[in-house]
Amino acid sequence: MRHGKYPFIVSFLAIPLLLYVVFVVSPYAQAFYISLTDWKGLSNTQNFVGLANYGELLSDGAFWRAMSHNLVMLIVVPLFVITLALLFASATAISRVRGSRVYQVLYFFPHVLPVVIAGILFAFFYNPQAGLLNAFLRVVGLEWLTRAWLGDTAVALPAVMVVMIWGAVGFYYVLFSAAMKSVPRDVYEAATLDGAGKLRTLVSITIPMIWESVQVSSVYLGIAALDGFTLLQSMLPDGGPDRSTEVVSQYLYRTAFTDGRFGYASAIGVALCLITLVLAIFVMRFARREQVEYA
Amino acid sequence: MTTSTVKSPPERPAPVRVAPPADGPSRGERTMSVFSQGFLALWAILVVLPLLWALLTAFKSDQEIFTSPWGLPSEWRFDNFARAWTEGNIGTYFINSLIVVVSATVLVMLLGAMTAYVIARYTFPGRDVLYYAFVAGMAFPIFLALVPLFFVVRNLGLIGTYPGLILVYVAYALPFTVFFLVSFFRTLPVSLIEAALLDGCSHAGVFFRIMLPLARPGIISVGIFNFLGLWNQFILPLVLMPDKNKYVLSQGLAVLAANQGYRSDWSALFAGLVIAILPVLVVYVAFQRKIQEGLAFGGFK
Repeated sequence: MRHGKYPFIVSFLAIPLLLYVVFVVSPYAQAFYISLTDWKGLSNTQNFVGLANYGELLSDGAFWRAMSHNLVMLIVVPLFVITLALLFASATAISRVRGSRVYQVLYFFPHVLPVVIAGILFAFFYNPQAGLLNAFLRVVGLEWLTRAWLGDTAVALPAVMVVMIWGAVGFYYVLFSAAMKSVPRDVYEAATLDGAGKLRTLVSITIPMIWESVQVSSVYLGIAALDGFTLLQSMLPDGGPDRSTEVVSQYLYRTAFTDGRFGYASAIGVALCLITLVLAIFVMRFARREQVEYA
Repeated sequence: MTTSTVKSPPERPAPVRVAPPADGPSRGERTMSVFSQGFLALWAILVVLPLLWALLTAFKSDQEIFTSPWGLPSEWRFDNFARAWTEGNIGTYFINSLIVVVSATVLVMLLGAMTAYVIARYTFPGRDVLYYAFVAGMAFPIFLALVPLFFVVRNLGLIGTYPGLILVYVAYALPFTVFFLVSFFRTLPVSLIEAALLDGCSHAGVFFRIMLPLARPGIISVGIFNFLGLWNQFILPLVLMPDKNKYVLSQGLAVLAANQGYRSDWSALFAGLVIAILPVLVVYVAFQRKIQEGLAFGGFK
């Protein structure tokens, strides 16, 4: 590859690289700097204030309240999604259930459904008068359970998490199913000969064999749980009853685009980003378990 | 476990061998099987039911929505869809989404393929740095960039414009696109490139006439993911598209839903939701095998 190699490379890379630097790299870099200023409103005065924004963050009740909602989601959502996805995947993959193709097609659809649409749909699903949930409870005689699901500080956040789980299970189901297909069948045959039941096979053989997928999935789910902006903004735009469901990304958005406190909002963003990175590194490094290699 | 080799001894004790149950595997296993079949079917119902309910609700009158959430619509009111399309502005939002998402997808596939091809098939100083700079873009959360991005786009005079939103969509879809296409281009034979260059084909000619057609399966897979992902995008238009007439669908629906308190036209809202789901459903049904294969192939390796 001789003549004109460099002009060619430059001509191919120039536009994508320019777009990437202007719209992605520079905003990320600026965010770190802005978080060290007191930039407010649309004024152009940015005074360097060092770590003052981060100091304020430490004693900001609203921030920690929002963070606590993210942390609840961080624990509950991946746990349910991964457990359900593993159970469903092992139920169809190992025993070759009839119609597993149909299940794959159906289960995956919520993942491609735009989150805003799912959010609006489920906000109405939980509607106290017209919602399907209360209607169902009345029909089966559980009238006493009916309530304004999204208007009740005790159940609003769990109700949103159910939607998150609903939307995510199918994706990880397909992912785990694919990973399980590459586990050699004779391993399972040997296990069956040894008298291992299904649950035993799942815990002792399948999960260790696809551990890497499980690990990466928990990182992805963790990142999603630390964000959650789109779903919450479309289900409970004002942070829910008494701000009982406001998450950090919503608080950031409000701080920046309603209160105009850009410096402080950027500090929130950096803090959330650092927490996300720490989580990802922690899961990938310390939750490591020797991957069993086959073939 | 004859074919398996263990990389290093597992930290946990090896699985204890369980003696086969005396009465064979049949009974317990069969209960288990019925149990798991039931669970699988139940989840399928839980997935379909809310969607089916939305579809039925879209045909009801407002009164019916509140009085019989369960039942079928007494008559199939197609005018809900017409009302959503015109009065609810869903038509405008739909066309806006189509313009922005289709342009951005086409553009990111072209630029992403060019970048990925150069990274995959040429050696030049800074190549690895470039590759990792793109890959790192997938790891950073978008909301961190939100505030500066707003000002970057505003200073370029692109706030509230289609080109502004399209270019930002392209920039944020590049990391994923480049990452997957690099590994795809690496699977294509180098000998073809060399032969074509010897025949006097230019570097760009090799890319457009030989490599791009060969890479079609990969490009289609990634393109579908980009289309679905960008159709789903909410936070970028929320910040960068304040002009009501240029709202994209997700934005418009959120506003419509939030305004239901004042002038409730629930049936039109549901019709709007159904209209918004349709393109996603069409793409999904047409390409679902490809989507799931793509996931299994590239899926977090």
